[in-house]
Amino acid sequence: MSATRAATPPHTSRRADGAGPDGARRGSTLRRHAGLAVIAALLLVAASYNLEPFRNFQLATVAAYLCATAGLTILTGLNGQLSLGHGALMATGAYTVALCQNAFADAGMTGGWLLPVSLGAAVVAALAVGAVVGVAAARLRGPYLAGVTLAVAVVVPALAVTFDGVFNGEQGLAVPVEPPPAFLGVYFPYERWQLWVTAAATLLALVLLANLVRSRYGRTFRAVRDDEVAARLAGIHVARTQVIAFVVSAAGAGLGGALLAVLAQSVSPGAFSLTLSLFLLMAVVVGGLGSLTGAAWGAVLLVALPDLTHAVTEQLTLSPAVAQRVEGNLPLAIFGITLVVVMIAAPGGVQGLLSRLARAVSARRPGRRRP
Amino acid sequence: MSDMTRTARRGLALATAITLLATSVACTGDDGGGGRGTVPGVTDTEIVVGTHMPLTGPASAGYSKIAPATKAYFDHVNANGGVHGRKITYKIMDDGYNPANTQQVVRQLVLQDKVFAILNGLGTPTHTGVLDFLKSNRVPDLFVASGSRSWDQPDRYPGTFGFNPDYTVEGKILAHHVKTSLPGRKVCFLGQDDDFGRDSLVGVEQVLGADAVAAKQTYVTSNTNLAPQLGAFKAAGCQVVVLATVPGFTALAVGTAARLNFKPQWLVSNVGADHPTLAKQLGANAGLLEGMVGANYLPMQNDAADPWIQLFTKVNKEHNGDAPFDGNTVYGMAVGYLFVQVLLAAGKDLTREAVTEAVRKGGYQGPGLAPLRYSDTDHSGYGGQRLTRVSGGTQTYFGPTYETDEGDGPVREHSAAPVAPPANGVPTAS
Amino acid sequence: MDRFVFLTLDGLSRGAVLAAFALALVLIWRAARIVNFAQGAMAVATAYVAYSVSAATGSYWLGFLAALVAGLLLGAAVDLVVMRFVDHASPLNPVIVALGLVLLIQAVLGMAYGSEFLPAGTPFSRNPLTVGGAAVLSPYDLFVFAAVAVVVVGLAWTFTRTAVGLRMRAAAFAPEVSRLLGVNVGGMLTLGWALASGVGALAGMLVIPTELGLHPHAMDLVFVSAFTAAVVGGLDSPPGAVVGGLAVGLLLSYVSGYAGSDLTPLAVLVLLLAVLLIRPGGLFAPVAARRV
Repeated sequence: MSATRAATPPHTSRRADGAGPDGARRGSTLRRHAGLAVIAALLLVAASYNLEPFRNFQLATVAAYLCATAGLTILTGLNGQLSLGHGALMATGAYTVALCQNAFADAGMTGGWLLPVSLGAAVVAALAVGAVVGVAAARLRGPYLAGVTLAVAVVVPALAVTFDGVFNGEQGLAVPVEPPPAFLGVYFPYERWQLWVTAAATLLALVLLANLVRSRYGRTFRAVRDDEVAARLAGIHVARTQVIAFVVSAAGAGLGGALLAVLAQSVSPGAFSLTLSLFLLMAVVVGGLGSLTGAAWGAVLLVALPDLTHAVTEQLTLSPAVAQRVEGNLPLAIFGITLVVVMIAAPGGVQGLLSRLARAVSARRPGRRRP
Repeated sequence: MSDMTRTARRGLALATAITLLATSVACTGDDGGGGRGTVPGVTDTEIVVGTHMPLTGPASAGYSKIAPATKAYFDHVNANGGVHGRKITYKIMDDGYNPANTQQVVRQLVLQDKVFAILNGLGTPTHTGVLDFLKSNRVPDLFVASGSRSWDQPDRYPGTFGFNPDYTVEGKILAHHVKTSLPGRKVCFLGQDDDFGRDSLVGVEQVLGADAVAAKQTYVTSNTNLAPQLGAFKAAGCQVVVLATVPGFTALAVGTAARLNFKPQWLVSNVGADHPTLAKQLGANAGLLEGMVGANYLPMQNDAADPWIQLFTKVNKEHNGDAPFDGNTVYGMAVGYLFVQVLLAAGKDLTREAVTEAVRKGGYQGPGLAPLRYSDTDHSGYGGQRLTRVSGGTQTYFGPTYETDEGDGPVREHSAAPVAPPANGVPTAS
Repeated sequence: MDRFVFLTLDGLSRGAVLAAFALALVLIWRAARIVNFAQGAMAVATAYVAYSVSAATGSYWLGFLAALVAGLLLGAAVDLVVMRFVDHASPLNPVIVALGLVLLIQAVLGMAYGSEFLPAGTPFSRNPLTVGGAAVLSPYDLFVFAAVAVVVVGLAWTFTRTAVGLRMRAAAFAPEVSRLLGVNVGGMLTLGWALASGVGALAGMLVIPTELGLHPHAMDLVFVSAFTAAVVGGLDSPPGAVVGGLAVGLLLSYVSGYAGSDLTPLAVLVLLLAVLLIRPGGLFAPVAARRV
């Protein structure tokens, strides 16, 4: 888990971007993000050797979710557009990867380059769907946008059932993925390989997103979020900016869904229900809306919270009569209470809480860090 | 900026050091696992098995009772000394019928909790997603709780075995009843819009002929209005309606039809025909179920004279907090009984290979009315069913038990007499 | 033609309950600028109250009354115990809190009542009356129409003709000015929550008997349809909620009847896009679309 925290470029905080990076700064930003990604990658490799297979798999799942939450953060946190339909964009990526991998397998093609191609295709497909939804979304605000994206979240899984000739209905498709390359050895744990693949893709995506956030586009995203009228007066094309934000965000979600499909080696509509879309939104808000670090916290919470609540309730010894009712429900109740309490106690989410703590600490120790 | 570079360089050095350390540790620590003497989930005193079930969420109705019933039966066996001196621990994981959750919880069971086997994982879309994972980890995947034909692929999934009669077998048996007892009636079909509905319709048309079904309709679980479908049946003049529906939608179909003043003869798949469940949902309108024909292959939960029901009722009282007793309870305990039989047959020296070998050997007789079909070439579960009818508010069996295959084989009567349970309710090695 | 009449009547009766539920969403939106994602779960909770009371007393109407009272109380409690303490600076925070409440309420209901479908009674028959040989609406459908009509008229009267209604509107649209004028803005907000939750409870009582039955998740799908209906009509407009509800009800019925029930989600999306791309604030939006 600590490794995942390191996997995100720290401090893409909003305060810092008033400065306006000049050319030299921009070069250094890219280098810094790339450097951090390399460190994160090494830490993850180290972690992958020290953790048990299941933890590796969980970490890989965190990485996959992180693509989606980072995408949603760009859209909702930076650009101020609400989406309840990112689960559907994830499904788009997931089904694309499934169809590509199956096509490759049917054609008898093998090779390590097939998976990157499929993942790329998934991103392109999600991008295309994101562009369509984004054009409609640019006209809509607040709950009306929520309504349309909610409908999108419901439609996409339903399409898998309608066109079951292609998508195989509720049962979904298998995603054939090749075993780890031979030079890693016969007994190389599969979960470790899964972590490597997903983490590599996620880190690449995060470097790109982090640079986007610090770029001119990132600033126009925020300008539109903060005040549309002022942004328009400043010469920003508001609708175009909103569509771009939606497309970028959709690409992140598509990659996340594709990675989930690769991890699970299967896709089915039930895995991309409306619940997933709502959980993604919870994740980015509880993680801390507006920063990629917050998105990372959100992705960690998506995987860790159900596990933790289950572990807590497992400690209880219950009579069979009580267990019948409580099992399954108690973790959900704890999950719900956690959401409510976090939102009341720390409206800025986990990341907001941490940066508040960090500021309190650095105020006491002057000179450690620039404000 | 130089500050940042320095931080980055220091971090890089640290990370490299950790990596090297970890690699060296891992190289000595990895022994591949799975050698003799270390069977996952098995010690001299314990066998750990796991399952995934919907305990919460929209699909949990009814199904949430199955795993606790199985667990209760295992507790009964444990109280009687266990199997070969080993007690069975049953880990129940809630997946909410969401395939994404199933992925997580099954990996947790296999990789973290190191279960010996996955038993009775429920649901077609949920379980389909973990077939490859269970295969590559060589985890026995026993008695999947669904009638999909996917579990019967011995070449592709040698460790996976079904339990329920498959939906095509069921469709053929229901259609056989139409052919022999309701000839000349206009037959219509309502099925869930997935493999459940599709496979069932295949069975019905196999027996009655491709054009014999006058009107076919489907429903999706996300749309709880069946009036358009049943309105179409009424308009088509259907006299017999075959339902391949889950319990909620069986009750909805029967209730909706009554509102439309449409009273056909209902023929309902085993999945959606449990009378107590339906009657509870229909409440004051439970009388509408009168005359409904269903299918089943386990002892009827209300048949107090049946020795199996007596046994399961006793286990339910002693180990399951006397939870409401219905078809799901019987189902869960029957699964537990079969698993204990298999464990006994696998012998004292328990391995994963021995268990799958024991299932393949077949020949198990327990509470089921129809024969279990396990063999080297057949991994499906029960191969037949007996019809039930609701009359006077109780569901009872009538006629013979039928068995058939999922292809074009005939529907035959199965005449073997049912066996009685052992005195203490725990099977003994045969 | 028969089929068309049948599908139309069926769609209208479903549309009426969607309208009632959409009204509850509109009420909260007008009072607090929150889309209450917990509305469905709250309505289910009150329906369980009705179930318990009806089971204990044997009277549908006592249960019905208990549900309405429980709805009012639950709405006030959600505002006073939870929503009051939520930072409304980000419009998303209340949404997340509402989603947390959904999980909590559904889990508690699951623990208390189990996950079986329980029967939900109706006060009148659901068998349709026949007029001139053709089956038309059932007495229950007429009851639903009447109940929704009473709610719409009652709300319109409250908001336009009573002092408390005017204060509620003032508190919602200009809280600062209202406070200066001596309006108890916090109290009005709580009242708004209570009222909305009460209407939601009524809608739940009307809709659950027409669905699969009483279950912690009984309103999940209804919520999606009703939210769509409210958005189509315009979240600021009670008449919009009614029109939106009837439109969505009819659409669902026609599409299931003529095309197949698997296409209904797609049809709903098309309707939403068609309406919102022409009128981004819904059918009954004021001339300038509100920006949030």
